[in-house]
Amino acid sequence: MKNPPTTRKIKVLVAKIGLDGHDRGAKVIARALRDAGFEVVYTGLRQTVDQVVSAAIQEDVDIIGINQHEGSHIYVAKKLIERLREVGAEDIPVVMGGSIPILDIESLKSIGVKEVFLPGTPISEIIAKLKDLASMKVK
Amino acid sequence: MKREDIVNFIERAERGDKRALGRLLSVLEDLSLETAWIVEYLASKSGRAHIIGITGIPGSGKSTLISRIIKALRGKGYSVAVVSIDPTSPYSSGSILGDRLRMQEHATDPGVFIRSVTTKGLFGGLSLAALAIIEAFDAMGYDKVIVETVGVGQGETDIMHVADTIVVITMPGAGDDIQALKAGVLEIGDIYVVNKSDKPEASKTYEYMLFVAEKGEVGRGGGWNPIVVKTSATLGLGIRELTEALDKHLSYLIESGEKEKRLVSRRAHMIKLIALKILLESLNSVVEIESSNIMEAVKSMKGFYEEALRIAMLSGKRISDLISI
Amino acid sequence: MAKLYSKDAIDEIIKAYKEWESNVLPEWLSRMPERQKEFTTLSGIPLKPIYTPVDLRDHNYMEKIGFPGVYPFTRGIHATMYRARIWTMRMFSGYGGPEETNERLKTLIKAGETGLSLAFDNPTLVGVDPDHPLAEGAVGVVGVSAPTLLDMEIIFRDIYLGDVTTNMTINPPAPVLLSFYVAVAEKQGVSYDRIGGTTQNDPLKEFIAQKTYVFPPEAAVKIAMDVVEWSVKNLPKWNPISISGYHIREAGATAVQELAFTLADGIEYVRQLIARGLDVDMFAPRLSFFFDSHINFFEEIAKFRAARRMWAKIMREWFNAKKPRSWWLRFHVQTAGCSLYPQQPWLNIVRTAFEALAAVLGGCQSLHTNSFDEPFRVPSEFAAKIALRTQQIIAYETGAADVIDPLAGSYFVEWLTDEIEERAWRYIERIESMGGMLEAVKKGYPQREVEESSYRFQKEVEEGKRLLVGVNIFREEEVEEIRRVPLLEFNQEEIERRQKERIKKVRSTRDESKWRRALDELRRAAERGENIMPYVLNAVKAYATLGEIMDTLKEVYGTYEEPPYY
Repeated sequence: MKNPPTTRKIKVLVAKIGLDGHDRGAKVIARALRDAGFEVVYTGLRQTVDQVVSAAIQEDVDIIGINQHEGSHIYVAKKLIERLREVGAEDIPVVMGGSIPILDIESLKSIGVKEVFLPGTPISEIIAKLKDLASMKVK
Repeated sequence: MKREDIVNFIERAERGDKRALGRLLSVLEDLSLETAWIVEYLASKSGRAHIIGITGIPGSGKSTLISRIIKALRGKGYSVAVVSIDPTSPYSSGSILGDRLRMQEHATDPGVFIRSVTTKGLFGGLSLAALAIIEAFDAMGYDKVIVETVGVGQGETDIMHVADTIVVITMPGAGDDIQALKAGVLEIGDIYVVNKSDKPEASKTYEYMLFVAEKGEVGRGGGWNPIVVKTSATLGLGIRELTEALDKHLSYLIESGEKEKRLVSRRAHMIKLIALKILLESLNSVVEIESSNIMEAVKSMKGFYEEALRIAMLSGKRISDLISI
Repeated sequence: MAKLYSKDAIDEIIKAYKEWESNVLPEWLSRMPERQKEFTTLSGIPLKPIYTPVDLRDHNYMEKIGFPGVYPFTRGIHATMYRARIWTMRMFSGYGGPEETNERLKTLIKAGETGLSLAFDNPTLVGVDPDHPLAEGAVGVVGVSAPTLLDMEIIFRDIYLGDVTTNMTINPPAPVLLSFYVAVAEKQGVSYDRIGGTTQNDPLKEFIAQKTYVFPPEAAVKIAMDVVEWSVKNLPKWNPISISGYHIREAGATAVQELAFTLADGIEYVRQLIARGLDVDMFAPRLSFFFDSHINFFEEIAKFRAARRMWAKIMREWFNAKKPRSWWLRFHVQTAGCSLYPQQPWLNIVRTAFEALAAVLGGCQSLHTNSFDEPFRVPSEFAAKIALRTQQIIAYETGAADVIDPLAGSYFVEWLTDEIEERAWRYIERIESMGGMLEAVKKGYPQREVEESSYRFQKEVEEGKRLLVGVNIFREEEVEEIRRVPLLEFNQEEIERRQKERIKKVRSTRDESKWRRALDELRRAAERGENIMPYVLNAVKAYATLGEIMDTLKEVYGTYEEPPYY
C-alpha cells in the first residue's frame, strides 16, 4: 500500500496581544481563512507574548498571525520574535495586520516579521501570501 | 517525513521538549502509514494516565470549567494534557479551533499541554488522530489527559470506549436537555456536574440529577453510582469537590480492576479505527481502479473486509506488521 | 387622523408614476443603463430610483414627523435646536500620562471646543494598574493612563470642573473613574449639583463589541446600574450612562443593527432600574446615547431621526414615563473610525466632514469628529484641530445649523426613516422574545449578528460591490506622501516608567490602615449586594488604585472570558 498524499491543512494561529479589544479584523480574517480551508487556532483577546508562543508550539501551527490596533506593534513584534528564538521556534513565520503606519513596515520586517497587512488589503491577497509562506516552511 | 526525524521528535518529546511533542502530534494527525509504528511505540510506554472525558450540553460552560479543573489538578501536582475537539465547519474544509481560548491562561504552564483536534472521525465519532494523540500524551507521562468533546452526536458514545472517567456537564433549567440526557445522549457519565450553580434553579436541577443517579438511570453500571457535583465555573465554586470526585473514581477504577479493562477497551477501539482506515483507503483505491468491473471490485472488497476484521481482532503490539502489507 | 396626502393626490401620482415607468424610463434605460444591478444602503436596504408621496401615503404628519421639542421628537428634542445653541463640540482626547493630557485638553479648550471627553489607555479601560504584566507597552498609548486619584488631579490641573462637562469613555471601571472625578471636583470646591458630564458605563455593548469587559454579564449590569442609581440621587447634572451603538457599528454592525441593539440595551437598563424600585421619571431624563455616523449619508440621517421616534415611543408607551424629558433621546455622535483608511490618509478629512454633516442634519446633541491620522496613531494636535475646525465650518459656514431638521419632508428621507425604524423593531421583537438583551447577549445573539454583518461587508469590499476610494479604486503608491503626515510623537517608555513610579509612590505614601479598611468595606458591601458606589468613592479617597479596587470586585463577582462565536 502506498502512502496517501498528505492532506494536512495550513494551520494558522490568530491572536491579539495586549489589552486592545478591537477584534473585528482578527475575526474577519479567522473566518475568511476558515472559508479558504485553513485550520485557524483563535486564542482570543488579551494574550501575552508567552501565551501566544506556547499556543503556537503546542498546536504546531504553520504561521502566527498577530492583529494589533493599539500602536504597540513594534514592541510586540520584537518581544514575540525574541521569544520564538528562545524556544527554538523561529522557523514559524510571523505576520501582522491592523492599524500599522506604512512607515513602520520596514522596521517590522527588519525585526523579522514576514508580512504586514494594512486595513484595506484584499483578503485574497492575504490568503495567497500565507499559502506562499506555508509552502516555504520546511515541514 | 523521514523516520529519523520522527524518532528525533519522539526522543526530544520524551525529554520534555514541547516543540518536539507538538510536531509529533502533527505527524499523528496526518495519519500517514508512519502512524502505526509510532502508535505501537507509544503504546509500549503508555497506560498509566487517567483519561478524563468531559462532555456537556452546549452553553453549559464546559471550557471555563475545564480551565478551572486544570488549575485544581495542577494544584494537586498533576501534569495535565488536554485534547480539545472542535467541530469542523460544515461549509468548508477549514475550521476555527476556538475552544482553547478559554484555557489560554494555562498555555504557559510547563505542566500543561493543550492541543486542539479538528479532524472528524469516521462516522462523526472520535478520530483516530484524537486517539493517537491521547496515546502520545499518556506515553509522555501526563498524569491526567482531558478529552473535551462536543456534547452531541457520535462522539459521546465513542468517548465511552476511550475515557477512564466520563464527566457530563449540565446546567440549571436545562429541562429539555435533561430529557435528551435521559434519552441516551449523555447518559454515560461517571460524574455529573451541575454548572452555573449560582443560578436560582440550580438546586432543583441538582436534586433531580441526584435522583436519577441514585436510581441508576444514568451511569455506566458496574459497582459505581455516579457522583453529582454542583459547580460555578465563573466564581470557582465546587471545583475542589469535583477534583475529589475524579480522584475517588480513579481509586474505584484501580481497585475494581476496571482501569485495566478500560485501557484494553481504548486500545481495541484504536485498533478498530486503524483497521477501518486501512479498509476504507483500500476500498477507495479498488473502486477507483476497478470501477469498470463491478464484480471484480466487490470481490476485492470482500477480501479487504476480511483482512480488516482480522486486524481488528489483533493486539496493538502487531499494528505495524499489519499496516505494512 | 388626517393623512398627509389625500387619496386623490396619491391616485393621481400613482397614475403618473406608472406612465413615467412605462413611457419615459425604458427609453432612457436602453440608452443609458443603470451603472449597477442594484442599489442598496450600506446596511443593505434596497433603494428605488426615486421616492414620491406614494411612499408616504399613510403618513400622518403629527404622528410621524411633528415639531421639534414635541413627541415623537422626529425633528429634534429641543424646540430651538441649533438656532439657539450649536451642538457641543466634544473632542475625544487623551494620551500619555496625565501631564500630556492636561496640556492637550487646555489646547483644545483654547481652540474652541465646548466640552471635554477623555480617552483612556487600555490598562485603564480594563481596570489594571500600569505595573500589571498585561499593561506592558500599553501605558498611555491609546489614551491617558489614570490609575489613581492623583493622576486625575493632574489631568484637570487648572481646569475648573464647575465650568466644564466631561465625558469619560469608561465601562467596567466606571465606578472608579467617576469617583476619581467626583473626588477631584470636591477638592476644587465644586458642589455635587454642578458636576456635569457623562460616564459611558454601558456594559452590554462591551460583550457585543468594545470588548473591554471584565465582569460576567449579570454582575457587569448590576455594577453599571449601581452607578446610575447613585448618580441620579447625588449628581443631578451627570449622565451616568451613555448607551452606545458606536462600538457595535464599528465592530461591523449595520445601521439597523446599531440602532436596534442600542435601544434594546436601553430597554434592558430601564427594566433593571425599575426593578430596583426607581421611578422611571426619576432616572430616564439622565439616560444618554451615543451613535456612530457612517459614510452612507442619508441612511445615517434617517437612523438618527428613527432613533428619537422609537425611544420616545418606548419610554412613553412601554414604560409609561410621564415627563417629556424622559422621552428624549439625547445623543452624542462620533464619526466612523472604521470608515477611515491609511491609504491616501488626507481623504479621511473629507469622509469625516460628510459624516459630521449627517450627524448635524440628524440632530445630535454633541459631536466628535475623527482626525485623519487615526488609522495610524492617536491624533496629533494638527490633525485634531482640523477635525474640530470641520465642525466649526459646518456650524458657522454651511448654513446646515440654521433651519431645524431641514431634510424632513424629503420623500426619500422620510421613507428611509420609516424603513429603518421598521427593520429595527423586528430586531427588538426578536430580542424581547429571548427575554431581553441581557439574555440575548448571554446567548451570543447580537455578537453573532454583528460578526455576520462585518464578514458580509468585507466580502462586498473584496468583490468590488463596495467601493472605497484609494482602497479598492483609485489606488496609488504613496509612501513619499505619507512620510509627510506629521504624526504625534511621544516617549511611551518614559511615560510608562513615570506612571509606574507614580503609582508606587501613591501606594507607599497613603494611610495604610485607612486604605485597607476602605477596600474591606467595599468587598463586604459587594458581597451583601449593596450599591458599591459610596464604598468605591471612599476607597478612591483613601488612594486605593484602580487595579486594587477592580481586583477586590473581581474576587466577588468573578471575571468574563468570551466564548468563540462562529
